[in-house]
Amino acid sequence: MSDFQSRVESERAYLLRYARLQLRDSHAAEDAVQETLLAALAGEAGFGGRSNLRTWLTGILKHKIIDAIRRSSREATAGSAEEFDALFDEKGHWLEMPSAWKDPDASLEQSQFFKTLEDCLARLPAKTAQAFMMREHLGLETDEICKELAVTSTHCWVLLYRARMALRLCLETNWFGK
Amino acid sequence: MLLSCKEVTHLVSEGHDRRLGVWQRVRVRLHLAICNGCTNFTRQLAFLRKAVAQLGQRTDR
Repeated sequence: MSDFQSRVESERAYLLRYARLQLRDSHAAEDAVQETLLAALAGEAGFGGRSNLRTWLTGILKHKIIDAIRRSSREATAGSAEEFDALFDEKGHWLEMPSAWKDPDASLEQSQFFKTLEDCLARLPAKTAQAFMMREHLGLETDEICKELAVTSTHCWVLLYRARMALRLCLETNWFGK
Repeated sequence: MLLSCKEVTHLVSEGHDRRLGVWQRVRVRLHLAICNGCTNFTRQLAFLRKAVAQLGQRTDR
C-alpha cells in the first residue's frame, strides 16, 4: 500500500460517519464511501497535496451522497414492490405465515395503540405515506390519488401495497408483540 | 391456476383500492379457504383500514 493509499484509507471511518448522517441507510453510506475512496485513489493527481486530504475527500463524498439520494428517490418513485419479496420463498409461499393478532379490536380502545400506529406511519417513505393516508384516512378513490401524486394507477396500487405491508409488519413487531 | 401467497397479498391489497375481476375474486377465495396465513393477512389489512380511519379521532383523547 502506498503512502497515499494508507492516508486515504485512514479517513474511511470519518467519511463513513459523515455519510451515515446524511444517508439514513448505512448500506448506502458504505457504498458512497467505497466509491469515494476508489475515485480518490484513481484521481490522486487531482489532489496534488493542494488542500487538506480530509476536505478533498469530503468534497468527493458529497457528490457521491447526492448521487445516492437521487438514485434512491428514483427507486422510490419507480415503485418496486420487491422489498417485500423477502417475506416469501421462490414459489411465493410465506417464509413465516402471518399468525392471528390477539383481539385487535380491543387495541382500538387504547390511545397508546394509535401512538404506535402513528410512529409506524412516520417511518414510511413520504410518498407512500401520502398515498396511504389519502386512501385509508381521507377515503379518496385511487384515480384521485394517482392524479394528485402524478403517478400511474398501477404505481398507485404498488404504493398502497407497500404501505400496507410495511404497516402490518410494524404493528406486528411493535404492538401485537411477536 | 392456483395463486401463490405472494400473489394473494397483492390481490387482497388491490381489492381495497379497486374492484377485482370475478375470476380474481374466485381465485383469492379458493386460496383463502385453504390458507391460514393469508386469511390472517387479509383480516389484518381490514383491521388496518379500520384503525387508520379512526386515527385522529382517538389520539386527542
